[in-house]
Amino acid sequence: MSSLSYLVSRLLQIIPTFLLVMVVIFLLVRMLPGDPAIAMADAKATEAQLELIRQKLGLNEPFFMQFFYFVKNTLSGDMGTSILLKAPVLDVIIERIPVTAFLTLYAVGLSILIAGPLAFVAALNKNGMLDIAIRSSFQVGLSTPVFYIGLLLLTFLAASLRLFPVGGYGTTFLEHLHHLMLPALTVALYTSAIIMRNLRSAVIEVLDAEYVQFARSKGLSRSVVLGRHVLRNALISTVTLLGLSIGALMSGTLVTETVFAVPGLGRLMLEAIFARDYPLIQGLTLTFAVMVSLVFLFTDMVQAWLDPRLRLS
Amino acid sequence: MSNQQKSLLQVRDLTTTFHSKGRVLRAVDGISFDVRAGEVLGLVGESGSGKSITLRSIIGLARDYGTVEGKVYWKGEDLLARSETQLRSIRGSQISMIFQEPMTSLNPLLTVGLQIEENLKAHTELERAARKARAIELLDMVGIPSAASRLKDFPHQFSGGMRQRVMIAIALASNPKLLLADEPTTALDVTIQDQILQLLLSLAKDLNMAIVLVTHDLGVVAQTCDRVAVMYAGRLVETGSVRDVLKRPQHPYTLGLLKSVPENIPPRTPLYSVPGTPPALDALPQGCAFAPRCLKAEDVCMKSKPPLLVIDEGISSACHFLEVAREEVPA
Repeated sequence: MSSLSYLVSRLLQIIPTFLLVMVVIFLLVRMLPGDPAIAMADAKATEAQLELIRQKLGLNEPFFMQFFYFVKNTLSGDMGTSILLKAPVLDVIIERIPVTAFLTLYAVGLSILIAGPLAFVAALNKNGMLDIAIRSSFQVGLSTPVFYIGLLLLTFLAASLRLFPVGGYGTTFLEHLHHLMLPALTVALYTSAIIMRNLRSAVIEVLDAEYVQFARSKGLSRSVVLGRHVLRNALISTVTLLGLSIGALMSGTLVTETVFAVPGLGRLMLEAIFARDYPLIQGLTLTFAVMVSLVFLFTDMVQAWLDPRLRLS
Repeated sequence: MSNQQKSLLQVRDLTTTFHSKGRVLRAVDGISFDVRAGEVLGLVGESGSGKSITLRSIIGLARDYGTVEGKVYWKGEDLLARSETQLRSIRGSQISMIFQEPMTSLNPLLTVGLQIEENLKAHTELERAARKARAIELLDMVGIPSAASRLKDFPHQFSGGMRQRVMIAIALASNPKLLLADEPTTALDVTIQDQILQLLLSLAKDLNMAIVLVTHDLGVVAQTCDRVAVMYAGRLVETGSVRDVLKRPQHPYTLGLLKSVPENIPPRTPLYSVPGTPPALDALPQGCAFAPRCLKAEDVCMKSKPPLLVIDEGISSACHFLEVAREEVPA
């Protein structure tokens, strides 16, 4: 059916994106200053030992051959060995993916829970006291740096009140929820501010639409008018924004995971950069790129599900 | 009044005001009219004269953004005194409304079938299968070919004229006794306009339904309406049977509107238009709102608002210079 062909065409679009990302990663890593062989070897290594490492890493091969091997190995699941952790990059990453994925979904979930109802309340009380109160408190959230909010939450909720642990991930689902509450909330306070503003104006705009007036003139109940006619239409633009902010949120995990000592991909990336762990940086960048692509794909699918004009045209 | 009993809807002294930046804007200014069972009443005027707001005030949609005062009697009960919940049982079931823009008045995200069935679900006891059958019947009734297969289609898969038919089908789902039609043909091609008007007329006749047809087109009024009410700057300036008002208009504004309808004129003749533009709601003159554009206007017109007076059986008019003014229309 047409929905299926839309999905397939959208999936195929990921391939060129993926290739482009490979090129960029390959070039970027090679543009970094410093010699990975020196980083890997210890300080007393002789030139001959360094040369051996370079040979092992294929750093003496011609540029294009290096790229060819990179693509070939990556596609066959071999992303090399992490210099820092002395383990296959793929294994290291796969181990950490659930942590970052959990944190991201948790943060998105919290953002929606916070922003959704408040956006509706604000829109329905347009320019009233409630609206102004909601908007100004979110304004504070938007204009405060994420790491600062994180530190505040840590100081009060974790260190003083001991409601939440100061770091870690836990082992069970409930422990995950408990451990990641503060980092997720930190991120959510920021994202929900963006979503709230967008959803509020979308709801206000849709409330004025002729089809909402027509729906009301049919004698539909308020909940049907708001839920079926207003919410769905207002969500279309907000979903796009949500997808984009999840993309930004992924790169934000570098900061959040470091502040909250969460053993996820973001913190790993920071460690890899400091250790000049080229294979790991490459692998992580690629992983982030794939995850963001998947989020955008998912966003597009939700859009198409919401708006028939997208899937049928 | 003699036809009090036959009146389906009685609007008395309806006033709708908006509050904007500390100013009070009077969009509808104390208008009164009746709609009799089964008749087609044309509500005519330029853009901004308050026609659409009048319709929205009747079924309580204008309350959201303005203050609505006066009385609107429906089956002897004042609709304006009803709560939102109480009004809901009348909206869409006894009084329905259709809008000007078929492109924007249907929800783009919902199937046409669902948008019809919503109405049935709100106002009837019909089961799912029966609702579907009724939806097909309705689409068929408004002249949509192969109705059964189109229930699952979305509004953007229909042409403008077809969408207007869909909107009519939705509005008529629960057999209303009154249809408020807000410029239902303005956005359509001329050929389609005529089809839609004919459809509305034949449906009104079959279902014994009255229509209040808002339009700015006197040609449409002449074709379709039994009676006409002319609005200017939120007030009624002339009402009467279509034949009387079009044949011997009393109000200079009606006369101007009539003269601006091109009819039997040689090619390349400039069209007549009423000089000037309607006053802004925040700058209404103290006297007759039409006075600044009126060729007959004298001092009295600038000072006091003329009341709507019954001239004879068929016609009432609001002008200081009526030839035979008799009695004031009872409010």
